Amino acid sequence: MKLIFERGKAGRALSILPPLDVPECLPDVPGRKTVPHLPEVSENELSRHYTELAKQTYGVNDGFYPLGSCTMKYNPKVNEEAAALPGFAQIHPLQPEHTVQGALEALHTVEQELCEITGMDAMTFQPAAGAHGEFTGLLTIKAYLKSRGEEHRKKIIVPDSAHGTNPASAVMAGFTIVNIPSGADGCVDLESLRNAVGEDTAGLMLTNPNTLGLFDRNILEITRIVHEAGGLCYYDGANLNAVMGLARPGDMGFDVIHLNLHKTFSTPHGGGGPGSGPVGCKAFLREFLPGIRVNCKDGVFHMEHPERTLGSVKAFYGNFLVVVKALTYVLMLGREGIPEASSNAVLNANYMMRKLEDLYDMPYPDACMHEFVMSLERQKHENGVTAMDVAKSLQDYGIHPPTMYFPLIVHEALMVEPTETESKETLDAAIQAFREIFAHAAENPAEAAASPKTTPIGRPDEVQAARKPVLRYSWPD
Amino acid sequence: MGSYVISTKQEQQELLKEAGFASFEDLFAHQIPPEVRCGELNLPEGLSELEALEQMQELAGRNRVFRSIFRGAGAYDHYIPAIVKSVTSKEEFVTAYTPYQAEISQGVLQSIFEYQTMICELTGMDVSNASVYDGATAAAEGVAMCRDRRRTRILVSACVKPETLKVIRTYCFGNDLALEIVPEKDGRTDQEALQEMLGADTACFYAEEPNYYGIVEEYQTLGELAHRAGAKYVLGCNPIALGLLATPAEYGADVAVGEGQPLGLPLAFGGPYLGFMAATKDMMRKLPGRIVGETTDHEGRRAFVLTLQAREQHIRREKASSNICSNQALCAMTAAVYLAALGTKGLSDAAVLCTSKAHYLQKELEGIGYPLRYEAPFFHEFVTRTPVAASRVLSALEERGILGGLPLGEKEILWCTTEKNTKRQMDEVVEVLKEVAKA
Repeated sequence: MKLIFERGKAGRALSILPPLDVPECLPDVPGRKTVPHLPEVSENELSRHYTELAKQTYGVNDGFYPLGSCTMKYNPKVNEEAAALPGFAQIHPLQPEHTVQGALEALHTVEQELCEITGMDAMTFQPAAGAHGEFTGLLTIKAYLKSRGEEHRKKIIVPDSAHGTNPASAVMAGFTIVNIPSGADGCVDLESLRNAVGEDTAGLMLTNPNTLGLFDRNILEITRIVHEAGGLCYYDGANLNAVMGLARPGDMGFDVIHLNLHKTFSTPHGGGGPGSGPVGCKAFLREFLPGIRVNCKDGVFHMEHPERTLGSVKAFYGNFLVVVKALTYVLMLGREGIPEASSNAVLNANYMMRKLEDLYDMPYPDACMHEFVMSLERQKHENGVTAMDVAKSLQDYGIHPPTMYFPLIVHEALMVEPTETESKETLDAAIQAFREIFAHAAENPAEAAASPKTTPIGRPDEVQAARKPVLRYSWPD
Repeated sequence: MGSYVISTKQEQQELLKEAGFASFEDLFAHQIPPEVRCGELNLPEGLSELEALEQMQELAGRNRVFRSIFRGAGAYDHYIPAIVKSVTSKEEFVTAYTPYQAEISQGVLQSIFEYQTMICELTGMDVSNASVYDGATAAAEGVAMCRDRRRTRILVSACVKPETLKVIRTYCFGNDLALEIVPEKDGRTDQEALQEMLGADTACFYAEEPNYYGIVEEYQTLGELAHRAGAKYVLGCNPIALGLLATPAEYGADVAVGEGQPLGLPLAFGGPYLGFMAATKDMMRKLPGRIVGETTDHEGRRAFVLTLQAREQHIRREKASSNICSNQALCAMTAAVYLAALGTKGLSDAAVLCTSKAHYLQKELEGIGYPLRYEAPFFHEFVTRTPVAASRVLSALEERGILGGLPLGEKEILWCTTEKNTKRQMDEVVEVLKEVAKA
């Protein structure tokens, strides 16, 4: 497809800006020597260009998106409408407090509701994404340890099934990583944990249910071991959609958590952001949180900086409009709808798992929470069919592939998360597709390896992309 | 109660049965130990869409939308072309995930490739990433890129935006990097102080074009000083100003970063915004976050993919160059559509409008007793002294539905103009301020 730079003609333009109504006056400083190449197109060409790009983009709106660990649930349209209200979209972050009372109340309300759902006491909305939340949560732990003179606690324990962001975030926050292996049941191996903790332990990062979709039954023992060693427990909220209204991280013994509003709370992903990764904590960590906190006195909302704040992880108050969308969602679902969402997310995953387990190997065959992991390792040895082949074949059925090759502890992994906003018909159609692909691939592995066939491009040459990086368009001379 | 669950209660029972469970309780009892099960949540009852939207409208209604805005300081009230909103509300773009699956994500991937190209054109740099969270985190990531084993001290000009400085400081707290502030002199970085502070352990020096006070500093000299000490030069820049002013590349920057909000994103109480990052080819593999590259598929068709992933967290884990996973993709697309809508001439026109209006307002204010605080060239922001308390000036404007500049203490105001501020609006501000000064 043509790039926007390959469309249009010199001299074409839209009619956006008014003429100057004051004398032209430019600062006496060096001007740019090179004229930037930007598109010269009409509005019609611009509009059609992006319509073409949209046709080559697959969103939740286009179909089933069982991308494990990403919680690709339906994004309600009312969220978008609420966020577009001028009273939210057109206010300056540095307006006087009395002119943004509604925005402050929105932050106050959503904090209370999300704290109730997670069992936390306070929450900051400054982090812009899940990984940003992890970084923030770890800095909270760091600031707390520093306040106690425990800077020698440098080690963060991470199970080998953790999201890659966990160790990366911990290193950004100045910690070193202790990886611990999972037990045979896929959960934290208590012996390994006991051996790993010590006087240098800053904390443990865990997601529960874990990336295998398993709820760790030893969770209270796990958090107790870490606490007894003097460490804190961090909850990666990527998988919160499994447990809302069923179990709360705060009750499991976690001290600090992040949420992914763009997963669990139905705000859209936008092709990779903007997200929102609020960080919640227990009361003893409240004073270390970054950014502002909203307090209410006599019906008036005020911004305050926590007393021993760790600073700011982003300018202003976070991805505010994303938070507005999440608030709209929580208001609509309420007391009954929140647990209903999680219950059905778990149900749909179990249903799919049961309907596929006779063909696909399930390394952890018991019930799952909101997602499950299959392995193509046996097929790979038997006939060369890989997880990649199954994933790519699904595209020819109009289905977005599951997460591939993750978690790392399962070989040839496919991680399937159907979410609660899919119908039985959709699940059945996907089950049918998985089954057909399995059968066809066994008969004709070469064909599976050549999939997808019906998409705008076939499998791209990623090696070439990395070896000879072409990261921008270059104009012909 | 609102719900987006599709299955009816009866269907749920069927699904339970087929999955081998008698009930939801049976399903959960298999997995969640009873000692961590929670009771009913203390939340309000759920609402219908109509009720929820009414409640949100009520909240939004208690925020004041000013009819004219003269406040910037990191968030700028520019006009957003209609085409920008139309394109970026397309549901395919809004509801897609990070484009891991290239075959069905060519649209998003190509849009990022086009964005990267535009950022390179704007800044003059060789390579751009696919975006980070905002200008402040871009600056923090930009300085962190420059660290090496011997160089762990970061110098930042005192004239950068306070929000940016706070974020750099916080990231340095995380990274265990030493941060030192180069003092201000007459609204600009003190060059002598900079020279003294630079040393063999300095990783980089960070400044902003224009700076917090709107002033365009001597960036060539600043860069030369940094480079002479072997340090890298990171320059934060306003993208609209780059329609006119010399680019970070022309000033010799190694890394260029900035807040992309002026490129078509609403004020939105501070977010979502857009952090852009670009660098020289030498520093390409130190860039954090996603990067899109061009390649071909097996039939030789042009294709775009996420590339150079060996830098990233899902491959490298604790050895990654950054932890970034989600970025601000839709905001990057917004910026690209905005830049395409304006084009080369439009961007330059926008810059001329912004700065000419600022100069007009500044002269008018000077004439009525609000002198310029710093004698220095400025772009579209400037600081004046006030003859009376700044709070009184701003209240008088507020009564007229005008958001005045940002008070810097009680005697100074940081003003900002954009192409949206008409001569008439500015004359009105002058009128009000004249009255306040008299009273």
